Amino acid sequence: MGSLCPGFALKNRKVMMITTQKRPFFLNLLVIRLPVAGVMSIGHRISGVAMVATLPYFVYLLALSVAGPAGFEAAAQLVSGWLFKAFLFLFLWALMHHFLAGIRYLMLDIDIGIEKPVYRQTAWAVLVAAPVLALILLGALS
Amino acid sequence: MSRQASGFRAWVYQRITAGLLLLFFVYLLLTLSFAPPADFVAWVEWLSQPLVRIGLLIFVGALLLHSWVGVRDAIIDYVHPLGLRIAALTLLALWLIGTGLWVLTILG
Repeated sequence: MGSLCPGFALKNRKVMMITTQKRPFFLNLLVIRLPVAGVMSIGHRISGVAMVATLPYFVYLLALSVAGPAGFEAAAQLVSGWLFKAFLFLFLWALMHHFLAGIRYLMLDIDIGIEKPVYRQTAWAVLVAAPVLALILLGALS
Repeated sequence: MSRQASGFRAWVYQRITAGLLLLFFVYLLLTLSFAPPADFVAWVEWLSQPLVRIGLLIFVGALLLHSWVGVRDAIIDYVHPLGLRIAALTLLALWLIGTGLWVLTILG
């Protein structure tokens, strides 16, 4: 394209450079107004990193529970406490958000739900359904 | 590791491990909800079944690979100073390898 019409390409590049310089460039999450799909997407990342941070705690519980009958009792005691229940709710919320958002991404990969009203609706659905599913699971696990 | 899990290949890994993790988590959550272990003996018996044990080890492997690709992407996007980025990636690698080795000493 550029070799066929060098004058146009040069002019076009100049315009591009000007608009690039004028465009506000900040990715500060506190400044930009994020659309709902963006909020859901950030939630996908935050939930993922948060769950990775908790991994050793679950391995600790596993180690404790197989260490012997006393260890099993200690682990059972730990997971029945209210503090663990609160932690478990947050973990399940993160897990469900990550699940649903992940399934949504897999759908987007194969071009399902990429149209304008639909991708916003599914983003809302993920945000709302995740804590609800977490509560249901918390009840089932208790 | 980083070279093996970059670009398109990382994208593919992330989706394969996502599918595996989805299956395992559904199984795990259903088992713990509807048939929780009654006592120590039942718990250890369940864990010592070969299929459960192999399944758990594959699950942990998929989990660690998925975590590496995902958190590494987040670090590369948000942590820009090179020294800090290397420190964060190193910490992540140690965190995941440590977790994996710990699981191996329990289930291995």
